[in-house]
Amino acid sequence: MSATLDKRHKQHKRHKGYKGYKGYKQPAAQTQGTRTGRPHAAWALPAVAFFTFFAVVPMALAFYLSFTRWDGLGDPQPVGLDNWRKLLDDPRLTQSLRLTVLLTFASWAFQTVVALLLGVWAAGRQRNRAVLSAIFFVPFLLSSTAIAVLFYALLDPNFGIIQRDVLGSSSGAFLAIVFVGGWQFIPFHTLIYQGGARQIPQVLYQAAAIDGAGRYRQFFSITLPQLRHTITTSTVLIVVGSLTYFETVLILTKGGPGTDTAILPYLMYEAGFKSYDFGYASAIASFLVLAATGLSLLLVRMTGFGTMRSTREGM
Amino acid sequence: MSHDTLPRPARTHEPGREPPAPGRRRRHWTRRANPVAGLGSVVWLAIVVIPVYAMLSASLTGQDKALTGNPLKPPTSPTLDNYNTVLHTGFGHLLGNTVIVAVAVVGIVLVLCVPLAYVAVRTRDRWSTTAFRLFLLGVAIPAQAVVVPLYLLIAQLDLYDTLLAVILPTAAFAMPVSVLVLVGTLRDVSEDLYEAMALDGASPLRMLFQLTIPLAKGGISTVVIYAALQAWNGFLFPLIFTQSDGPRVLTLGLFNYVSQFGVNIPALLASVVLSGIPIFTVYLVARRALVGGLMGVGGK
Repeated sequence: MSATLDKRHKQHKRHKGYKGYKGYKQPAAQTQGTRTGRPHAAWALPAVAFFTFFAVVPMALAFYLSFTRWDGLGDPQPVGLDNWRKLLDDPRLTQSLRLTVLLTFASWAFQTVVALLLGVWAAGRQRNRAVLSAIFFVPFLLSSTAIAVLFYALLDPNFGIIQRDVLGSSSGAFLAIVFVGGWQFIPFHTLIYQGGARQIPQVLYQAAAIDGAGRYRQFFSITLPQLRHTITTSTVLIVVGSLTYFETVLILTKGGPGTDTAILPYLMYEAGFKSYDFGYASAIASFLVLAATGLSLLLVRMTGFGTMRSTREGM
Repeated sequence: MSHDTLPRPARTHEPGREPPAPGRRRRHWTRRANPVAGLGSVVWLAIVVIPVYAMLSASLTGQDKALTGNPLKPPTSPTLDNYNTVLHTGFGHLLGNTVIVAVAVVGIVLVLCVPLAYVAVRTRDRWSTTAFRLFLLGVAIPAQAVVVPLYLLIAQLDLYDTLLAVILPTAAFAMPVSVLVLVGTLRDVSEDLYEAMALDGASPLRMLFQLTIPLAKGGISTVVIYAALQAWNGFLFPLIFTQSDGPRVLTLGLFNYVSQFGVNIPALLASVVLSGIPIFTVYLVARRALVGGLMGVGGK
């Protein structure tokens, strides 16, 4: 039945002059065979409506609110570019932006290096590796709030694991946030790398071994290039994740000492829900969206992830 | 670093592990010790275990003894007092709320995202492709960016300080990644199988339930785990959209304990331990499913 339909379809199109024809469907769909038994696109509607209502519309509203003054009561008053001008003049924002970039980079470096090494190591089938991997995963079972509370308690100088007031110095507080973030998320990224490493065809290593490549040469010439899509996925997740660190900062340092760990999401929270300056908070939030989207797009483009070239090319 | 070793014949089945080819011999020349990696893994083991151990040990120590002496020594007279303290502050209620949120979020995400992914893979017309692209872009929207307008929206809907105020946005923000994972899985269902069912005159709905869903179990379990974790970890939405004890979830409860328990660090740590027990139990019972499912978030 499908073949006849298809044929008739093709003849029809030829007759009507192909592309101008209104009923022309994408060639990809055509070559898939039968047109019957395909769900109507309307099936996607509930998901689209739900997501639009709770995510897309609010995001558009955030951009709108960034051009208004609003304290949560009454109506938002349009103030043009005031919030954005304030944003650019605010010394806290400059500091916050620097901190956010620094935190993102430090988290990326820490988490990627550790997770990549551990993941590749854990991809081996040895018994001890399996046991240790199971233990390494434990931190991920706690929520980020629980982990922040845990380290808040452990880093308390009265408690005594570390006798110094780590969170009282600005570099100590910053490093604590990087460490706690890594402690929480490295298990997850290790898992991603472990999965990625296990999919590398063994024949590559066999060939390399025959050519006399050693362990480190194999790691840099086979494992790393083969994992490039995994690295991109993991990197995008880490970058977007670090740009939006919030509860760790709120619980561990409250942005302090002073404003020394007040990264952008925390600054937005203070502006919105402490000072009730929703217009300014929305400007910071919009800036965050632009930064996050820009960075992920840049990463995806830089690494050629968008083209989705197979890592198996040339084999 | 690990790949100087060939896979050995499987002892236990793990997700992602392929059964060894019949007749493949174990090759001894590939198995050499890797001291550097071994040392590194022991260092990381210490980093993981020491905080967990200090937490458990302190949570079993009386408050009076917690601030004296070495926190890394095992408690001399272990006590469950701290756990009692926490359990008497409504911990069960917090946990119950979190479970409700998690179940509802998983339900919403599955009911909405499976049909969307099915359409995106099977229909591929202009509309379904556009719908899919919307979710691709949605991956980059951070929850922080929308809390202010969502706060307004939630207030308008009269949902402020209810569990729904937490459930609905959490579900919406779990959707983009879920859609990506599902589309990736559904793509692998062979076209021939659909054609065979079409020849039998099956409707799209029947194909979805009898063919697509059974064959996409891996992706669906990934989505279940991912969405449940989002609900489990969620902090910002509960913080902003709820206020009273009624709809308070576990994460927010822990946050409140920080000020409530003040210097009573053992009780605070006992609350952290208690909050981890439910997922830890899941981990013990279904480690392979959990780990295999999470691997799926990373894509293929």
